[in-house]
Amino acid sequence: MNSERNDEHIETLLSDILEIYGYDFTGYSRASLKRRIVRLYELDGFVSFAEYRYKIRTEPGYFNRFLEQITINVTEMFRDPEFHKTLRTEILPRLGTYPFIRIWIAGCSTGEEAYSIAIFLKELNLLHKSLIYATDINSAVLENAAQAMIPLSKIKLYTENYIAAGGSANFSDYYTANYSLGKLNDELKSNIIFSTHNLVTDHSFNEFQLILCRNVVIYFDRPLQDKVFELFDGSLQQFGYLALGTKETLDFSRVSKNYERLKGVKIWRKIH
Amino acid sequence: MKACEALVIGGSAGSLDVLLKVLPELNPELSFPVIIVLHRKSGKDSILTDLLSAKTQLPVKEIEEKETIRPTTVYIAPPNYHVLIENNRTFSLDASEKVNFSRPSIDVVFESAAQVYRKNLVCLLLSGANNDGTSGLQKVKQKEGTVIVQKPTSAAVSFMPEYAIEHVETDAILDTEEMASYINNLNT
Repeated sequence: MNSERNDEHIETLLSDILEIYGYDFTGYSRASLKRRIVRLYELDGFVSFAEYRYKIRTEPGYFNRFLEQITINVTEMFRDPEFHKTLRTEILPRLGTYPFIRIWIAGCSTGEEAYSIAIFLKELNLLHKSLIYATDINSAVLENAAQAMIPLSKIKLYTENYIAAGGSANFSDYYTANYSLGKLNDELKSNIIFSTHNLVTDHSFNEFQLILCRNVVIYFDRPLQDKVFELFDGSLQQFGYLALGTKETLDFSRVSKNYERLKGVKIWRKIH
Repeated sequence: MKACEALVIGGSAGSLDVLLKVLPELNPELSFPVIIVLHRKSGKDSILTDLLSAKTQLPVKEIEEKETIRPTTVYIAPPNYHVLIENNRTFSLDASEKVNFSRPSIDVVFESAAQVYRKNLVCLLLSGANNDGTSGLQKVKQKEGTVIVQKPTSAAVSFMPEYAIEHVETDAILDTEEMASYINNLNT
């Protein structure tokens, strides 16, 4: 892509995609989005922006690839062990006092966080009365998530994370190794519902006691962040919890006055 | 003379010592921001920010997403996030795939800064053991920015600066002792 006109090209693509496919990326922060759009252009060997644009506009199959490559799907089990430790020792036990626990993982990608929480719910003997809604904009990653497979190359990291987060069993109890993959136990999946949901355009679909949305709104501009926080606010019970990523904050949002932040972690409790 | 709008410093193994020597010598009234991206072990820590704060009169802070980039300030990349710069001179953070086995990656911040600051960008690449930074410096050069590399003989680990010097046209190759005065001379 001719870099002098890159910014203009990006805007053209975003309006095409909104018009043709209904995905609205116009509220995404540009630097990161631009980097990924240009990277895919180079990766797939296009010779002109016009060619790239035409392919995206006219081939839904290629648009799916575009969507998969543009959205960020980096995650790991028990990512940020300190955060998961707080979940395990403070938040989940408190949710245990409810007769039924509903958790929403927004932007779940390939599901690692959903399975991590299912493991902790099981260890706290709460899994049987919990339902985890794990949603993502991208249906391809959800298919992946439903497979419940983890690469064996990640097992060392996940085991370390699991121990650091305060897991009470052996991480190896939760998967069966099979060639280069570990298959997570079916029991973990039984209380997870994977479904597509677009935070930009879709509405609230239930009331939850815990919403996790980590390293998702970081890619949104302030007005879109605000809109998403209002969606979460409307989907959270009173005294429910909202958990964000390490570098994300509710502070600048209009709904922040309804929340109290827990000390030392990016978790907010809805108090009004 | 091109006015420096931002100085971006990238470093890996052996670069912290350089910063600890250079920062105390910097003019506390620098007319531009200093953005530092170092490879480091992930984990939550503000140790690096605290350590560097103690060495300079310039305010030192870890980057927050969407923060406005101000002159006369030293910014530190947080662990586990790439740093990008928006056209409106704010930071964006990005937790996407590692680049050159690194997050933050030096290539990512150099390239992003090059698109925004163009010829008014100065980038400095320090000691390190991998080739992160070189392709970013090439982008900086394409936009007519200024490329400075630590002199390999003065680097604790010479691979990273050597690799850059072999692949990019540099504007200066500096010893640790020469860096502070070079940077202070960029002041406008």
